[in-house]
Amino acid sequence: MEYTKMEHIDSEIMEKVLDLTNAYDYNSYTGKDVLNVLNKDYLNISDFAVLLSPPASEFLNEMALKAKYETRKHFGSSVCLFTPLYISNYCENHCTYCGFNCRNKIKRAKLTFEEIEQEYKSIAKTGLEEILILTGESRIKSDVEYIGEAVKLASKYFSTIGIEIYPLNTEEYEYLHKSGADFVSVYQETYNTNKYKQVHKNGPKSVFNYRFYAQERALKAGMRGVSFGVLLGLDDFRKDVFASGIHAHLTQQKYPHAEISFSTPRLRPYVNENNVISGVRESQLFQVMLAYRLFMPFAGLTISTRERSGFRDNVIGTCVTKISAGVKTSVGGHNEKEKGDAQFEIADPRSVGEIVKSIEKRGLQPVFTDYIRVI
Amino acid sequence: MDDKLIIAGREFNSRFILGSGKFSLNLINSVIKNADVEMITLALRRANTNGAGNILDFIPKNITLLPNTSGARTAAEAVRIARLARELGCGDFIKLEVINDSKYLMPDNFETIKATEILANEGFIVMPYMYPDLIAARQLANAGAATIMPLGAPIGSNKGLLTFEFIKILVDEISLPVIVDAGIGAPSQACQAMQSGVAAVMANTAIATSGNIALMAKSFKLAVEAGRLAYLSGLGRVLDYKAEASSPLTDFLED
Repeated sequence: MEYTKMEHIDSEIMEKVLDLTNAYDYNSYTGKDVLNVLNKDYLNISDFAVLLSPPASEFLNEMALKAKYETRKHFGSSVCLFTPLYISNYCENHCTYCGFNCRNKIKRAKLTFEEIEQEYKSIAKTGLEEILILTGESRIKSDVEYIGEAVKLASKYFSTIGIEIYPLNTEEYEYLHKSGADFVSVYQETYNTNKYKQVHKNGPKSVFNYRFYAQERALKAGMRGVSFGVLLGLDDFRKDVFASGIHAHLTQQKYPHAEISFSTPRLRPYVNENNVISGVRESQLFQVMLAYRLFMPFAGLTISTRERSGFRDNVIGTCVTKISAGVKTSVGGHNEKEKGDAQFEIADPRSVGEIVKSIEKRGLQPVFTDYIRVI
Repeated sequence: MDDKLIIAGREFNSRFILGSGKFSLNLINSVIKNADVEMITLALRRANTNGAGNILDFIPKNITLLPNTSGARTAAEAVRIARLARELGCGDFIKLEVINDSKYLMPDNFETIKATEILANEGFIVMPYMYPDLIAARQLANAGAATIMPLGAPIGSNKGLLTFEFIKILVDEISLPVIVDAGIGAPSQACQAMQSGVAAVMANTAIATSGNIALMAKSFKLAVEAGRLAYLSGLGRVLDYKAEASSPLTDFLED
């Protein structure tokens, strides 16, 4: 089904990504292949494939050592801090894995501009300078103008504004960019087109191609950076991560100025569905993160509160460059009580102050701002 | 011996410029002391002037700030960042960086030349980061640059003086101080650069990724000083083939 207003752009990237991913046989590699890759300075797509293979899981320590060095080289001791703010959880999609899906009976809400500003004030008081504004995927309940006004308000309080909303057309991204947003996160969830159809039963999100090209449209619109990722556990994680890495790599080649980042969310339990498990073990998650770091050492890597504090503390400095703090995944909740239910359960509820201390304890530098808007 | 580094009429005893972007802030002071630096770079995008972790709070007042325009992708963006730095009271020095490539962070010489002209006309002391190309260096000099800052290797790579031959051409041809900016990964490389006559070197990653940051800072200071002294002394000739004949080879000439 085609949904209205979905812009088509001419691009060859999707075909390449899907072809390479279909041909990827991660069982064809050996430990020797892994060691060869670890001896290289610059890694290509084939090397990335090796690092995601099962034999590479035997070399996690070696990968981590190299990743730590690369992270230091490119980012020094810096670890950037941000927090997400959900301003609406209305959604038109029926995605089988998500707490916001339109069939799930949860408490729906949308913040007023007054409430949004109160949330911003509360967040800004913690010292944070970077915010990620999120909505459920409903063009009706949280339209682009509503999000644009929220972005404009955010620019009064924060130096860096990212958005994680439904995919937009280029001119809509232009509008949000002019309003103050510079970074766009859109996750493909899975690159297996059959699985994608199965888990996105209805709604605009079910159109794979439109979502795939969101990052390109955002960059054409002038956004500074785009984020890539898959929902680990939804399908074969090795193939999905491989695809997302190539997607990012080819996008960066086409738009050399683009700041690229990755996120590595695992499936989490949500309201009315407490038994969700990712199936991707912590060691496999770590392997994924290290592979991203070694393949694209200049890219940002974000760790979410889906992971426990002990894991998060240990991956900063090794491969992660950005960490969320003081997180609520409900609508509102930073200022007073939550107005709507959460998208998923978080595993690390620590405050900004606690995360800062934890970063400093590891000899690293918490960074509140690493961007200057000069448009 | 009176051997000062002079940039736009300002005198410096130290010929080692410290990049600050990769240290924990509480280490900056000890690095400055151990390296005896007088000039330190400052990424304006990191200057959290309204809140916590502001790098400006960690740099001693007697150190000359060299704000950089990192994050600028075009000449226009670099100019705006430079003006902002001045408004924030960071002085007139500006380390001009225009980078439109997020992977290798290669400088855009063309945009850098455009920004240099604008900023020099506004009274900035412009120190442009560049790929070591002689033609571009001449244009930067003509545009009003105070120094030329060629890269030795890609930023953060610690690969040393991969572009050494081209840097030597700049030293030979450009009358401005030539300062090696990126890529230096070891004190020996800093020394080698200084021996060849570059006016100063800058390092950041090499120190930040070392095992003992304070000690490495001191090592760089000594290496830069040693290299400078070697340059001033005039290096002895390096013989590529056999030994030098002890008797002159021109005795047979009769005129």
